[in-house]
Amino acid sequence: MHALQIILTGSIVAISCGLLGCYLILRRMAMVGDAISHAVLPGIVIAFLLTGARDSATMVIGAGILGVLTTFLIEFFHKKGRLQTDASIGVTFTWLFAIGVILISAFAGKVDLDQDCVLYGEIAYVPLDLWITESGLIMGPRVLYTTGAVLVVILIFILFGYKELFLTTFDPAYASAIGISTALWHYLLMGAVSITTVASFEAVGAILVVALLIAPPATAYLLTENFKFMLVTTVALGILVSFSGYYIAVWLDGSIAGAMASVAGILFGMAFLFAPGSGIIIKVIRR
Amino acid sequence: MDSFFEFFSFSDPNIRYVVIGSLLLTSSSAIVGTFTFLKKKALVGDAVAHAVLPGVCLSFILSGEKSPIILIIGAFLTGWLSLVLIDIITAKSKLKEDTAIGLILSVFFGIGIFMLTIIQKSGNASQTGLDQFLFGKAASLVGFDLIVFAVIAVILIVSVWLFFKELTLLAFDEEFAVTLGLPVRAIELLLTTLTVLAVVVGIQAVGVVLMAAMLITPAAAARFWTHNITTMIWLAAIFGSLSGLAGAYISYIAPSMPTGPWIVVVISTIAFISFFLAPGRGILYRVKTQRRIKKQINDENILKALYHLGEEGKKFYEKRTLQEILSKRKFEPQALKSGLKRLRSDGYLKNENGYWSFTRAGKRKGQRTVKLHRLWELYLTQYLRIAPDHVHDDADTIEHILTPELEARLEKLLNYPKVDPHQSEIPYG
Repeated sequence: MHALQIILTGSIVAISCGLLGCYLILRRMAMVGDAISHAVLPGIVIAFLLTGARDSATMVIGAGILGVLTTFLIEFFHKKGRLQTDASIGVTFTWLFAIGVILISAFAGKVDLDQDCVLYGEIAYVPLDLWITESGLIMGPRVLYTTGAVLVVILIFILFGYKELFLTTFDPAYASAIGISTALWHYLLMGAVSITTVASFEAVGAILVVALLIAPPATAYLLTENFKFMLVTTVALGILVSFSGYYIAVWLDGSIAGAMASVAGILFGMAFLFAPGSGIIIKVIRR
Repeated sequence: MDSFFEFFSFSDPNIRYVVIGSLLLTSSSAIVGTFTFLKKKALVGDAVAHAVLPGVCLSFILSGEKSPIILIIGAFLTGWLSLVLIDIITAKSKLKEDTAIGLILSVFFGIGIFMLTIIQKSGNASQTGLDQFLFGKAASLVGFDLIVFAVIAVILIVSVWLFFKELTLLAFDEEFAVTLGLPVRAIELLLTTLTVLAVVVGIQAVGVVLMAAMLITPAAAARFWTHNITTMIWLAAIFGSLSGLAGAYISYIAPSMPTGPWIVVVISTIAFISFFLAPGRGILYRVKTQRRIKKQINDENILKALYHLGEEGKKFYEKRTLQEILSKRKFEPQALKSGLKRLRSDGYLKNENGYWSFTRAGKRKGQRTVKLHRLWELYLTQYLRIAPDHVHDDADTIEHILTPELEARLEKLLNYPKVDPHQSEIPYG
């Protein structure tokens, strides 16, 4: 039962991240996603301090603000300060992440968070942290509900904004010509990435979430040219990553999130070598 | 306050060692980082930093001890491997570099974390302290470890000094370096090796996760103060050292705090101050310059409008109402009002009962602007063969920028023409 709950949470997180990651890597914003996932940390800690609990709503708001602030700062330093983009990203997210870690250390007694959780999450404890209603009814793992809710939001976002996201990703000039605001959809996507990072934070931590944002979509991208098929493949890969990551972690007695990231990397490596059409070994054999 | 003096008197030999260690670690990574920054490889540095973790863990698993030399070899190998993989993925697949960086960074880190958690649960007593690689602890660097890392830091600084010319060429003009016959591949290899080594020593101070800041932020801050690479390297080293010193002090007064984040916050603060306040490139300075130029353009346009009014019937010193000025050119009401006020206090305009008129200096300035405009229109039609009805907008911009030297050259080149392409007179004198 516990295993199922952990795998389910892992899959939900991997699917939400992967779906958004497809857009990120096609927009060449993979590193912005990386920056956001680091930079939401102070938002999470401050929300924690304000509410004194893992209150999901406050956290999502706190992290959402931080995520959009990060994108804004990166663009501000780049445009107004004429700082090159890579440096602008690097300076901004390390600064915010450092503040987050300091806040955790400074309020170690008051915040139920530690550096380990930041680094690789606490997905193994998901089944222990139950949502119990006031009448005493046990509803099941709390994290499962928060990540599930975020997945629903992401799915609605992608289903209803499919055309807009698709056009602003592949042909921004055409998109603005027919009246779609590229800036609006850019910030909406960044907001969605922030929310997902926060929801995934407890499960896999701030850094390994990047592996789930980038690795499955990158793998799917090597396997297909069709965007819809890429989204579907990413979902399948996410579930596979969660499932095998869990059992490898149990087998070797290590961090589940770490194992998930490792599996995601191995799957990418296999696609890179053997993908039909684009795999480099396949190319060599054909020659 | 006592601890402040105790620390900065450096009388305690332990404090001395810690300070020397932190200064060397931070300044050497800042110096190498300057070239990484100039080569626009800042995020690659981030990937190397994360990729070092599995190397550290693997060499610990294999050797079972925490000898710094073995850990450095492991870190060096996986750091290098990550760079090679990023290059291969970018070259051999349709994935872009940023995706390759993010992928390698997170997957290597994930593998590292996986190994680290296995080590932690294995019960090997000597593993304590391995997690200091994550957030850094400059103060715990003592004895043999300190000597090893100090030596590498010195090697880094000396290598940059020895190969300064080659590295600079590579950073600014790779193609020129090729034509000079320099072994560009070898220099690139050198820079990569130095970057990996800088990461390996830097993580002692700030840890794996924040190492990118140690490479990028001092250089980014230094870039705002100077155009000279030697000065930039010195500044980056000084900024890096300041943050290292602050980090050593903080880990002295608050031993439970992780040092890395504090060092990063200090260096980021220095960087933000530079971004905003540095003369020349700083954001505030730029905004101020933009405002000044905007005002200048606005004022010159007002003078030009008055001159145009004066041209009708050659009544240049006639009194004009606001409506008359606005009939010649559209102005924002507020911009017109403040511009007129400025022009009066600068002695270009007079105001009598709400009527505005030129002073002698004002007429001369308005006339010059009109002259430059028409000269430029003529130049564009004659020399660039642009149709006369397409030259106005361009001339409207350039008239505020042309210097007296260019003005003289234009006059000479066009042989002191009498009229512009629209047959308007070009005023001299």
